[in-house]
Amino acid sequence: MAQIELDGINRIFQLGDSQVHALCDVSLRIEAGEYVAVMGPSGSGKSTLLNLLGLLDRPNSGHYRLEGRDVTTLSADEQAAVRSARIGFVFQSFHLVPRLTAAENIALPLMLAGLPAHERNDRVAQALKDFGLGARANHRPDELSGGQRQRVAIARATIMRPAMLLADEPTGNLDRATGQEVTALLEALNAAGMTLIVVTHDPTMGERARRRVLMEDGAIRQDLRRGPEPA
Amino acid sequence: MSPADTLRFATRAALGYPLRTALMVLAMSIGVAAVVMLTALGDGARRYVVEEFSALGANLLIVLPGRTETGGVNPGSFVSSTPRDLTNDDAAALLRLPLVQRVAPLTVGNSEISVGGRLREVMVLGTTADYLGIRGFGVAGGQFLPREDFGRATAVAVIGETIRAELFGNENAIGRMIRLGDRRLRVIGIMGPAGRGLGMNSDELVLVPVATAQAMFNTSALFRIMVETRGREALGPAQRQVENLLRARRDGELDFTVITQDAVLGTFDRILGALTLGVAGIAAISLAVAGILVMNVMLVAVTQRTGEIGLLKALGASTGAIRLAFLAEAGLLSLAGAVAGFALGHAGAWGIRLAFPALPAWPPDWAVAAAVGTALTTGLLFGVMPARRAAALDPVQALMKR
Repeated sequence: MAQIELDGINRIFQLGDSQVHALCDVSLRIEAGEYVAVMGPSGSGKSTLLNLLGLLDRPNSGHYRLEGRDVTTLSADEQAAVRSARIGFVFQSFHLVPRLTAAENIALPLMLAGLPAHERNDRVAQALKDFGLGARANHRPDELSGGQRQRVAIARATIMRPAMLLADEPTGNLDRATGQEVTALLEALNAAGMTLIVVTHDPTMGERARRRVLMEDGAIRQDLRRGPEPA
Repeated sequence: MSPADTLRFATRAALGYPLRTALMVLAMSIGVAAVVMLTALGDGARRYVVEEFSALGANLLIVLPGRTETGGVNPGSFVSSTPRDLTNDDAAALLRLPLVQRVAPLTVGNSEISVGGRLREVMVLGTTADYLGIRGFGVAGGQFLPREDFGRATAVAVIGETIRAELFGNENAIGRMIRLGDRRLRVIGIMGPAGRGLGMNSDELVLVPVATAQAMFNTSALFRIMVETRGREALGPAQRQVENLLRARRDGELDFTVITQDAVLGTFDRILGALTLGVAGIAAISLAVAGILVMNVMLVAVTQRTGEIGLLKALGASTGAIRLAFLAEAGLLSLAGAVAGFALGHAGAWGIRLAFPALPAWPPDWAVAAAVGTALTTGLLFGVMPARRAAALDPVQALMKR
């Protein structure tokens, strides 16, 4: 049983009179611990696929089984619970809450999950240390550099120890050096066992992934694997 | 999300936009302050009147000539239409009732008082020695009217403080002769200060024996008879005794009215209570306006923070948690407004008391509770719609916004 099983997924958007087929009959299997880069031109359906994988969107038809459980039929709040426990998101524009400090941003998922404050503080302190943000704990996002912001966002995405990490152009708003830092950070998390799915335009980042899914017009054109399969 | 976290999150969100929050709180506080202040004013007026009546003294019955009755033509209408006057003999008869302690007949009229070359218009009150005790007045100098037969027209007068100052200045007034209308009277006493009640100020009165006043105004009728009963609980039975006695004295006809102080007080209390409620209702409209403002502000907040809402959803927030967070924010804004308005209203009431010391302008407890309660309720009620809208946002769409 694969961690992620997509079967015959269709996603159609209604734009005025015309229908846009964002995803056409997509089937995909991703094992736990894989490192997948989803690539393709703009409008190929990469982001729609990622939103579907992250339970932010629902397919018009098809089945999505996450860890053996059909999650397409869950209610919105049940999906929210799955997101909270199993899925971490990293966005191109970081999506940090501007009025909260770095530590508070990282603590958000724990707070939403209803963890008591003292438990939260321990885990946030640990995460700040792990991501090299110890000195920046009480800074607001506008006082942080781009790399630091993305590190805060990654710390937030992983604080609940999710099974998979979904990253949408994580290096898109960063310069080359910082982008590489962030990529290394994500790969380290993957090496520790977390499934990593990255949507990217950047071919060098795509090159590094062990598996590349190339999309075009809402369908998977190529599914390339490199190196040894993860056990 | 635990309740404490929801509150903390909402507080941070409210403080994140200081100008918006400040304006919102200001609007709400003006509404609450308006209710608090206007009810303070209304209730102050009510209490002012109540105190005015209390100054009359307790255990008081007032007998007035004539009777106002609703009803068609009755046999009495054909026999007599003019009520018989109340007389000194009636007053003297009342004094013999067991439940009656003191009686003061009153005759009132206007006349001119002159001393030397000075002349002024005064209100003349004809009464007897017991008037002083019944009304709880004091004498500042000399003595009050002598205790004597109601029919005896002694040529003496007791004058109010203002009259004394205007006519005699620094000279000694006691023992001096004054001319009141066409009579010459000797001043035997000066009224003590601050005797007030029912629009009559003892400072500007000239009090003379009742028979003297009747002779002066050429009448035998009384304006009122004030009757003091033995204790408050005797008020009811005494009222019936007085009615029965006077009815017997006028061939069984009830052409006079006996009112208790309580009845008059109750009427004023009701009228002014209704007035206060009405004023509070008008002020409550501003609270409704503030409520709509809360809704507007919260709708703007939802639009402003669309990206944040999308993020919270991505991080696993349930629709309930988001709804609660925005509702809590609306509630906090209203609460802050209510507290600020409460303080503002009390400050305003204090200002009114400072400007009009006679008016006890304290906001009644019920009004304060109602104002703060209404502020919170409207805030929460008008917060529901924006909160629902926030919770219903599509996370994908919301995340696309920055």
